[in-house]
Amino acid sequence: SPGTVLETHCTRRQNISHIRFILIQNRAGKTRLAKWYMQFDDDEKQKLIEEVHAVVTVRDAKHTNFVEFRNFKIIYRRYAGLYFCICVDVTDNNLAYLEGIHNFVEVLNEYFHNVCELDLVFNFYKVYTVVDEMFLAGEIRETSQTKVLKQLLMLQSLE
Amino acid sequence: MPAVSKGDGMRGLAVFISDIRNCKSKEAEIKRINKELANIRSKFKGDKALDGYSKKKYVCKLLFIFLLGHDIDFGHMEAVNLLSSNKYTEKQIGYLFISVLVNSNSELIRLINNAIKNDLSSRNPTFMCLALHCIANVGSREMAEAFAGEIPRILVAGDTMDSVKQSAALCLLRLYKASPDLVLMGEWTSRVVHLLNDQHMGVVTAAISLITCLSSKNPDEFKTCVSLAVSRLSRIVSSASTDLQDYTYYFVPAPWLSCKLLRLLQCYPPPEDGAVKGRLVECLETILNKAQEPPKSKKVQHSNAKNAILFEAISLIIHYDSEPNLLVRACNQLGQFLQHRETNLRYLALESMCTLASSEFSHEAVKTHIETVINALKTERDVSVRQRAADLLYAMCDRSNAKQIVAEMLSYLETADYSIREEMVLKVAILAEKYAVDYSWYVDTILNLIRIAGDYVSEEVWYRVIQIVINRDDVQGYAAKTVFEALQAPACHENMVKVGGYILGEFGNLIAGDPRSSPLVQFNLLHSKFHLCSVPTRALLLSAYIKFINLFPETKATIQEVLRSDSQIRNSDVELQQRAVEYLKLSSIASTDVLATVLEEMPPFPERESSILAKLKKKKGPGAVSVELEDGKERGELNGGGDRGGDAAIAASNASTPSPSADLLGLRSTAPVSGTTPSAGSLLVDVFSEAGPSATSAGVNDDGFLSSAPPTVASEDPAPPLPESDELLNKFVCKNNGVLFENQLLQIGIKSEYRQNLGRMYLFYGNKTSVQFVSFNTTVSCPGELQSQLNVQTKTVEPLVEGGAQVQQVINIECLTDFIDAPLLNIKFRYGGALQNISLKLPVTINKFFQPTEMAAADFFQRWKQLSQPQQEAQKIFKASHGMDTEVLKAKLLGLGTALLENVDPNPENYVCAGVIQTKAQQVGCLLRLEPNAQAQPGEQMYRLTLRSSKDTVSQRVCDLLAEQF
Repeated sequence: SPGTVLETHCTRRQNISHIRFILIQNRAGKTRLAKWYMQFDDDEKQKLIEEVHAVVTVRDAKHTNFVEFRNFKIIYRRYAGLYFCICVDVTDNNLAYLEGIHNFVEVLNEYFHNVCELDLVFNFYKVYTVVDEMFLAGEIRETSQTKVLKQLLMLQSLE
Repeated sequence: MPAVSKGDGMRGLAVFISDIRNCKSKEAEIKRINKELANIRSKFKGDKALDGYSKKKYVCKLLFIFLLGHDIDFGHMEAVNLLSSNKYTEKQIGYLFISVLVNSNSELIRLINNAIKNDLSSRNPTFMCLALHCIANVGSREMAEAFAGEIPRILVAGDTMDSVKQSAALCLLRLYKASPDLVLMGEWTSRVVHLLNDQHMGVVTAAISLITCLSSKNPDEFKTCVSLAVSRLSRIVSSASTDLQDYTYYFVPAPWLSCKLLRLLQCYPPPEDGAVKGRLVECLETILNKAQEPPKSKKVQHSNAKNAILFEAISLIIHYDSEPNLLVRACNQLGQFLQHRETNLRYLALESMCTLASSEFSHEAVKTHIETVINALKTERDVSVRQRAADLLYAMCDRSNAKQIVAEMLSYLETADYSIREEMVLKVAILAEKYAVDYSWYVDTILNLIRIAGDYVSEEVWYRVIQIVINRDDVQGYAAKTVFEALQAPACHENMVKVGGYILGEFGNLIAGDPRSSPLVQFNLLHSKFHLCSVPTRALLLSAYIKFINLFPETKATIQEVLRSDSQIRNSDVELQQRAVEYLKLSSIASTDVLATVLEEMPPFPERESSILAKLKKKKGPGAVSVELEDGKERGELNGGGDRGGDAAIAASNASTPSPSADLLGLRSTAPVSGTTPSAGSLLVDVFSEAGPSATSAGVNDDGFLSSAPPTVASEDPAPPLPESDELLNKFVCKNNGVLFENQLLQIGIKSEYRQNLGRMYLFYGNKTSVQFVSFNTTVSCPGELQSQLNVQTKTVEPLVEGGAQVQQVINIECLTDFIDAPLLNIKFRYGGALQNISLKLPVTINKFFQPTEMAAADFFQRWKQLSQPQQEAQKIFKASHGMDTEVLKAKLLGLGTALLENVDPNPENYVCAGVIQTKAQQVGCLLRLEPNAQAQPGEQMYRLTLRSSKDTVSQRVCDLLAEQF
């Protein structure tokens, strides 16, 4: 209820702001990555996935890359047929997360040599590794593409 | 095929994924999956031990199947096995499976923790990171218990690799958020703060999130971070665009770290140290200057990164609210963005300016952009941008521009998106009232509001206009005239009929001199709407009619005729029928004097703030907000802390309509309607209640409109325990875990463990809704003599429970001596503004402190005989309320905490048990015998329960508790 949104502001504190989840979905609503940083049960996750798809896909290039979402907001960007969405607290820095997405996408692109949707499907277990290198516990862990890629290549070489 | 499927590519997995992708239907997919599951199951069950590669492949397939949305109920053990592999790829899949699929309650947690422990001590940075990521992803209490002590050590150790430090910092953050009581920073504080100086920017980036969280909780302990953050920021801001190499993003040096540093500073007031403050102001000026420089790249990434820092800097400037120069510069910068071609920037500028409008230093500067903002409200394509524009107009409104802004908002309302209409309506209503110089403008505005957006006008709004009209005799005639005109419209909103009915009923006489609005014309106009209205409105109209009879005796016959008609006097709605009957009677038998007394003009409402403002005041504590909101500061508050304009308004409408559940909790025990005449009986109260017939809407009325006391004051004290709390208590006599309580909002789960005379109970408070609980507070108390019998200690819980989240509370219990009563648990929180207040009995019963005692038959009977004094025995004979299933009975007796002694009682049907109750003062040996007559017909089955112990109170209490269990 909107009343509680207000309460969010009264009691707002820095430490509650963090990424709640990261979703990669295609236009048809198929999830290509779901990374949760908050406890949700499976039904709730499914509901969130559907809601995010519904609010994001109706928007076009003239719209902002931000959508209010429940008591949070979604920062998203579309790359070809994929929507990269990050759900954060309403007080979080929109542009920092918007570029956080792009930074992540550039790493994926480099790592998979021109990443496409299928790379994320067949290598889903590696995508989690990339995410964990760059975002951990709902916070930004590492932003240097050079450092992340170096680490990923090192891991790639391990058997 | 993907580019990176070298080395570790799992062919079988790729083939399987291809197969799934090629499935033409859901059925085909399920078939293929079932085939695969059968295959994997047989491999896992097979005699041949699987090699690491196969295990990895199958676990990975299971994970894929799970991510497709299918349940996976096996393979966990194999995944755990992978953790101890020394191959990275196998370990990684194991950890991934666990992070995604294993919930914190899993029995495997011990094995998992063991593997994590090994990896943490392996000194292999790759393995350490995997283990830390797993902890950060799962973040369970068990993991916090196992590792909260170890991770700070890893974080600050001199020989820890940078990447491990990054993971350790965020891992610790996760554990701190989940179980703050277990993460003790004490001795590490200073070394953690100094990570802000670390050479490695990645370490700083990760560590600062941890430091920000810790600082916001313990600002004093971490305040040294301020100067460190300022100098780090200063170094970044003054560096050239290529200095930071890896950490330069599209020519912007370390944008994310800069934002995080600026955000950390927002946990603190401006630095006291002049040098530090000077340096910080310099940084902020540099950031503002850079915004004016020509861009180093045309790429949007460049400007986004740069502006991310700029907006964060502006947030800090607003947070300090002490540097007029910076505030005005920030405002000018945002003003430029208002016209930027990037929608994102326009949106963010509107949002940020909204908070600037609340600062006395920048309020005037914000006002200069009014035309741009109005234009945005009219022309922006994205509704969320228009919404921000509306918020900003609201925030920048003061006496000087109120008429313009209200007019613009009203005209926007005609075409506004449905999603924001209600909020807009509230904003208009608030502004119209707040800045009304002449009340005819106010009345016009509100009636326009009802005309344009009647569906979105909450009760709150039309109650308020009536309240004001009643209290201002200079506007009553105007109001009657205006509303009379508004009602002429062929289709007018029901809310207009309500306002019309009320105002004409009270003040119709003021315009009755004009033949165009003679009493009968007024009545006919109102009555022409009657049949289109809902029951509550009709009820209100009936009240208006009886008032007409008093005001205009010449209408009496006509109105009596109406009341007497079958459609009124035999109305199927009880309330309407009753009103018709009573009003008819009243008008027939009461003398003119009596009628005039009964239907006297409503007395003025006690002068008080609009409930919208009352809500704000309550938020800030009495005295913090004056009613006359002239200066900028308070405008900010109206604006919900400055971020989102309409929240306050919406919250206000919420405040006046408590949910039905709130009503059940006794919120209606507020002061009765004030100001009615002394002779007023219940009928009178009824006559004057505008909200209509049903009990619930009358309740709404009491709370929001007619009573000045805040509705929740009456129930701030802990509520008495729920009637069912004894029953709930009984549920837990023989078990330690389960759900203690559940309603529509809240679920409380319990896990408890006891050893000797000590117990630890974990309470899990789950927010079942999708919105936050605030002011969440729980207290445990020991009433009466229990105080000296039990020692109960609790840690306070976080005052905020996110929607869908669960918070945990630990309760430590020490049994000093035997006891009978249970401790009381009181839970209070606000949900959507309404106070919830629940009291329960905490299921701590004397039997929890049993130590089972095994003994042979001879021993048992010897002790039994020793305890033969009459007061040492307690006995009950009672009917079985459940079946007499042997296994169930045994399980219950074991759950009681005693040892169940086999082959002791000569009658095999009987059960005997023995245990010692451990209290700090003494130990009480206790023997038990339960004799069922299992052969009896169902319905006549009985038990005889006998307890003997060395203490009479114990025998009695255990007997009482146990008798409820069968």
